[in-house]
Amino acid sequence: MTNYLVKRVLGALPVFFGITLIVFFLMNMAPATIADAAGGGEASSAAARAALEANLGLDKPVPVRYLLWLKALLSGELGLSYRTGQPVLGMIGQRVLPSLILTGTGVVAAVAIGIPLGVMAAWKPGGRWGKLAGGLTLLSFSAPGFFLCVLLIYFFSVRLGWLPAAGMYSAGGGGSLGDLLYHLLLPAGVVCLSNLGSLVRQTSSACGEVLGEDYIRTARAKGLPEGTVVWKHGFRTALLPVVTTVLNHIPHIIGGSLVVERIFGWPGMGSLLFTSVSSRDYTVIMGITVVIALTVLATGILMDIVYRLADPGVGWGGEGR
Amino acid sequence: MRKSHPALTAFWSDRRAAAAAIFLGVEILLVLLLPLFLDQAPNLTDRAAGFWAPPSAQHLLGTDDVGRDIFARLLHGGQISLLVGFASAGLGVVLGVPLGLLAGYKGGKWEYWIMRACDTFQSFPSIILVLAMVSLLGPSVWNIILVIGGLGWASVARLVYGNTLSAKKAEYVEASRALGAGDGAILFRTILPNVVAPVWAVLPLKVVRAILSESSLSFLGVGLRTPQASWGNLTQSAMELVTLTTRPWAWLPPGLCIVATALALLLVGEGLRKALNPRKRQ
Repeated sequence: MTNYLVKRVLGALPVFFGITLIVFFLMNMAPATIADAAGGGEASSAAARAALEANLGLDKPVPVRYLLWLKALLSGELGLSYRTGQPVLGMIGQRVLPSLILTGTGVVAAVAIGIPLGVMAAWKPGGRWGKLAGGLTLLSFSAPGFFLCVLLIYFFSVRLGWLPAAGMYSAGGGGSLGDLLYHLLLPAGVVCLSNLGSLVRQTSSACGEVLGEDYIRTARAKGLPEGTVVWKHGFRTALLPVVTTVLNHIPHIIGGSLVVERIFGWPGMGSLLFTSVSSRDYTVIMGITVVIALTVLATGILMDIVYRLADPGVGWGGEGR
Repeated sequence: MRKSHPALTAFWSDRRAAAAAIFLGVEILLVLLLPLFLDQAPNLTDRAAGFWAPPSAQHLLGTDDVGRDIFARLLHGGQISLLVGFASAGLGVVLGVPLGLLAGYKGGKWEYWIMRACDTFQSFPSIILVLAMVSLLGPSVWNIILVIGGLGWASVARLVYGNTLSAKKAEYVEASRALGAGDGAILFRTILPNVVAPVWAVLPLKVVRAILSESSLSFLGVGLRTPQASWGNLTQSAMELVTLTTRPWAWLPPGLCIVATALALLLVGEGLRKALNPRKRQ
């Protein structure tokens, strides 16, 4: 297992460096540099501009700057924000929990609804559950997150006045768990709906394959109740492929919740990314990108290990997935 | 007369997919041709009607915050959203197919580097890269197509790569090699036609992804901006509270257009997937 872990981490390294490379050179290809944005009116003279660039280390050639940034990165630093001067790591640190709460709740809800629905759809594809699953899947794939946000805000906040349309806590007197849940319902609902489709589809296709196997027919022939056959024999075997597709889906989950955070004014990493992009705060953009890349790669490795522990048939040799 | 391809026959006999394809065809025609018969320009202010006029016979969906006809903008925005969708998907395919072929057929170093690049692009939420690149390059229609299409190659390349690997070992490839065909001939005349079929089935899905990416960006104000209309930035008017609450005709139609288009494309994709798989065709 240790060997496998080392191999997977080494395999992920080129991908990680690839991402840092893309992100860094992207940021430095920018026609307008931070000196334009940060300096505003005062830095318009060439001398002032040069001083500002030297101060930020922008006077060195790009490859040198990449190596310096990488060195800082490896020692656990993400540098200082161009805009606020605060350490980037701290800025991101404040935003991680809200993002996790939002995405986590949405995805857990999607799993709780999507997996049973997928199993039911695989059991009787033409039945009522199958049709519901098919409809929800198509809706989830075709409705963009931002439009779902607008519709939910329109109905639940504007028309019915039941739920708040923005923020994480009420202004003043907030901070309780109930208040958080109250604010969480709509944005997490959108995250849930956006991810429901692929979950239902993967579950039902994995389950459908399993339900066609011989041992399922044997179980039925033995006279086991249908519920036991479907849930105990069918679903348990289908769970592993479902887990791996959830894992492959993580980048989409993160990407999708950025939009939701932005619209609902949720104080997470997505909102921070948007403000940083519009103010050209490159150190923060690079920091967030690296944190997200690391999260995606680390969960990938973690889930592969879980997969192998759960299924003794796979073993620790091959590349997996 | 030439007999139509069996996959096409199968596609048109699938009622849902056929209806979706007809819907898309009609939509494209409407979006392209209707503006010619309409005497409203998308970027012209109608002073007589004023700002935020409610729907009327003259302005079917009313006017917007500077007195422009929303229906004309909806049609024009449709041209742009569909253009971005199809052009970006096309670009992704044009880049992805040769790279996938190369990685699968050549193997070795080619395979290693192309597939690692694939991993890199796929292990990352693409909306972040699109967001960053579009804000750096500037939000023009062609830049958005370039970015979304340029980042969309990886999934196509992976698909083509997998199919090339299995096609490479197939008997018909060995047969053409035995007949003395060179690498180029095998790659383009023997493998390519067999590998391209599944790409047709994912193409509609790529178009959906591109339309959703563009509209999300434009909705958030980092994609296409006024005066350029797109279904995404037309929906953006809903971010203003008064418009959201009192003028649903301004933001609901563009949003519904996105959903309907995406739905139709998904159904077409599903139909193509079934039709191109001979085992499922019966």
